[in-house]
Amino acid sequence: MLERALKGSPRYWAWIGFLLVIICAGALVWINQLTVGLKITGMSRDVSWGFYIAQFTYLVGLAASGVMIVLPYYFHHYKPNKHMVIFGEFMAIAACIMCMLFIVVDLGQPQRMLNVMFHPTPNSILFWDMTVLIGYLSLNLLCGWVCLEHDRIRLPHPKWIKPFIIISIVWAFSIHTVTAFLYQGLPGRHYWLTAILAARFLASAFCSGPAILLLVLKVTEKVTTFRMPKRAVATLTKIIAYAMAVNMFFFLLEVFTSFYSNLPGHMHPLVYLFSGVHGHHELVAWMWTFIAFAVISLAMLIPPKLRDNQKLLPWALVILVIATWIDKGLGLLIGGFNPTPFDTITPYWPSGKELMVSAMVYAIGALIVTVLFKIATDVKQELGNSQALPCGCSSEDDDCDCGTAEEAEAEEAPAADAAEATA
Amino acid sequence: MHYGGKIIIGIVIFVGLLLSPFVFNVGKAYKQPELKLPANEKKCVESLEFMRTKHMQLLNEWRDWALRDGKRVYVNHEGKEFEISLQNTCMKCHKSKADFCDKCHNDAGVSPYCWDCHIQPEGLK
Amino acid sequence: MKNNRRSFIKLAGLAAAGLCVAPKATLASGGGHSPVKAGPKAEHAKRWAMVIDTRKVHTEEDIKVLQHACHSVHNVPDIPTKQNIKWLWSAPYEECFPEQQNPHLDDDVKGRSYMLLCNHCENPPCVRVCPTKATFKRPDGIVVMDYHRCIGCRYCMAACPYGSRSFNFGEPRDYLDLTKLNTDFPTRMRGVVEKCNFCVERLAKGLQPACVEASDGAIVFGDLADKDSEVRKVLRENFTIRRKPTAGTEPSVYYII
Repeated sequence: MLERALKGSPRYWAWIGFLLVIICAGALVWINQLTVGLKITGMSRDVSWGFYIAQFTYLVGLAASGVMIVLPYYFHHYKPNKHMVIFGEFMAIAACIMCMLFIVVDLGQPQRMLNVMFHPTPNSILFWDMTVLIGYLSLNLLCGWVCLEHDRIRLPHPKWIKPFIIISIVWAFSIHTVTAFLYQGLPGRHYWLTAILAARFLASAFCSGPAILLLVLKVTEKVTTFRMPKRAVATLTKIIAYAMAVNMFFFLLEVFTSFYSNLPGHMHPLVYLFSGVHGHHELVAWMWTFIAFAVISLAMLIPPKLRDNQKLLPWALVILVIATWIDKGLGLLIGGFNPTPFDTITPYWPSGKELMVSAMVYAIGALIVTVLFKIATDVKQELGNSQALPCGCSSEDDDCDCGTAEEAEAEEAPAADAAEATA
Repeated sequence: MHYGGKIIIGIVIFVGLLLSPFVFNVGKAYKQPELKLPANEKKCVESLEFMRTKHMQLLNEWRDWALRDGKRVYVNHEGKEFEISLQNTCMKCHKSKADFCDKCHNDAGVSPYCWDCHIQPEGLK
Repeated sequence: MKNNRRSFIKLAGLAAAGLCVAPKATLASGGGHSPVKAGPKAEHAKRWAMVIDTRKVHTEEDIKVLQHACHSVHNVPDIPTKQNIKWLWSAPYEECFPEQQNPHLDDDVKGRSYMLLCNHCENPPCVRVCPTKATFKRPDGIVVMDYHRCIGCRYCMAACPYGSRSFNFGEPRDYLDLTKLNTDFPTRMRGVVEKCNFCVERLAKGLQPACVEASDGAIVFGDLADKDSEVRKVLRENFTIRRKPTAGTEPSVYYII
């Protein structure tokens, strides 16, 4: 199927070329980092993890998020998601690879990284994180590829793949739980030392991940004949809205616990992040942006009228992604390390080179997404599944006002499927 | 044959690359590296054959024994005792990394990372 | 010919299987006895501990002397950025004991500088999180690092509640005076974490840790498990505190206030 990625429009190749340029530029900086060390980053003795690990954490959420499409389809037989599943799985593949790359670029001695396997250490959460990430990547490669291949040759999905899909659904929760355990078991880091960190991670993953996926699919709709079924979009948007509400609720729980208990260790990171201490206010503007954006995104997602407005939706999603990214991709790490164990503040900001290397990883992820989505949309187009109709509906939409029977004729009775689901 | 010309050109390039090392070195006689052995010590911690073929394993074990097990004295096959230390035992006899280690390592094209941390007897510049 | 090859393969297979099963130690010895032992002068203990008398070492200058003793014997570079390497350093009371603050502390205690180093905890979080066992706790309680194995993931630095660990962001030798190195001890390489090792290499030779030796009796070092030891005597007779007791790590470094 890979050969489908080799045939594309000039626009497709221009995009691939653009990504390759970013990858090459980032790779040059990475080679520089490999030769002189991580001193090119903004990290320090006190803030010893930075942008790389923060992006890793955020992207684990993206990897886990595909499950919000896969789970309703397989556990609840929610038919509108049928042709969306593959995109969730393919997004997870790209996200897993980006996660691994962010770990690799963060290592001081990357050539020794296999030591984690040569000297397996089950008491280290990092060992488990490696295990679950590799496992989740393999599961998604397997499920995604096998299902798409069977679609392509017009065969039903094989029975043996079902257990793997079910395992992958459960596994999705495990990857983000384990990533949270990476942080929440450390005795001196109060901002992370909270029993609901894993729950917070999952909540933020299940809003930000599907939001990113939905945005990428909106772009996909623009450049291919693929069209998401309206009901699938509506359901996913609802999930995003609920997850974001839960995410903010969990955040408020943290605020309550910290300030009502008045425990200095629990209050200090929040105070530093939101109002600054010892004359350091580096993140204050960012954190309030997070709060403001979170509120705006919720305001745009909770009222059904606004939520179902497809013109407004991309904006709401972008705002939500920015809010969650500030919270988890920036504040979480810096707030964990500040105040330092000496109750002092050591500001951190990623260096330009750090951002270049990160851009390389993101570009690699985008390249993988592009190639995989290209293959998937090609196959869908060939089969006439979930295709855009002239009126703007998807061929999977059964309640489209413009849709007549002859336009959906290529389908093997999608209306019957949908009727079953609604019934 | 579809793409016959391209395939043949590809094969030629591949075979050329494969053979390039041989072509590059043709006519040159291989010369054994000449090591500078310690002047006043005839015996190493183990036999010559053992050291020649297994010194890397021995050093690996020495590292783990000294650092991880805290056992810093090595008893060899003849019952003789040595302090387990690359810098303070090995290199006290082999007084030059350049004249000893590097000779074979360069020849074999290997670059162990010992000296990224350990200090060679000739000192650092 | 064929027979030969077959028997060779069999032998090779057996040898390979043997190598997997046989303990590593048989490689060099073969005599059934362990080919390694501790040195004759090595100091032994069940749990090494340190008591710092902050009434005696309490100025930055005092601690500078100890730091110099430590850093020169271990080839620790001094990097003038926030990516510095520290095995032993000084800090004011509120940085050393942020959880034991008191707004009306007496001027003397408040004005002192305190010597900081790795606490060699009984329950070290750094050991718990290390994914390669590059950081491990020896049976005598000393938490040490195997720099050969460290992958530089810095998880241990996130885990340490005492900020006792440093990472070699760059090449440490760029910041060392290469003419003044201690040639008995290695340097570190770029990309690994490092910290105080309670001078294991000196204890193995029957020497006291470098800071203890340089402290002129202000730091006592000994076996916490031996109730007749000097450390236990000092702990019995003086009021001592440890850093961040709530972290549950059980530090082995005590401070006489």
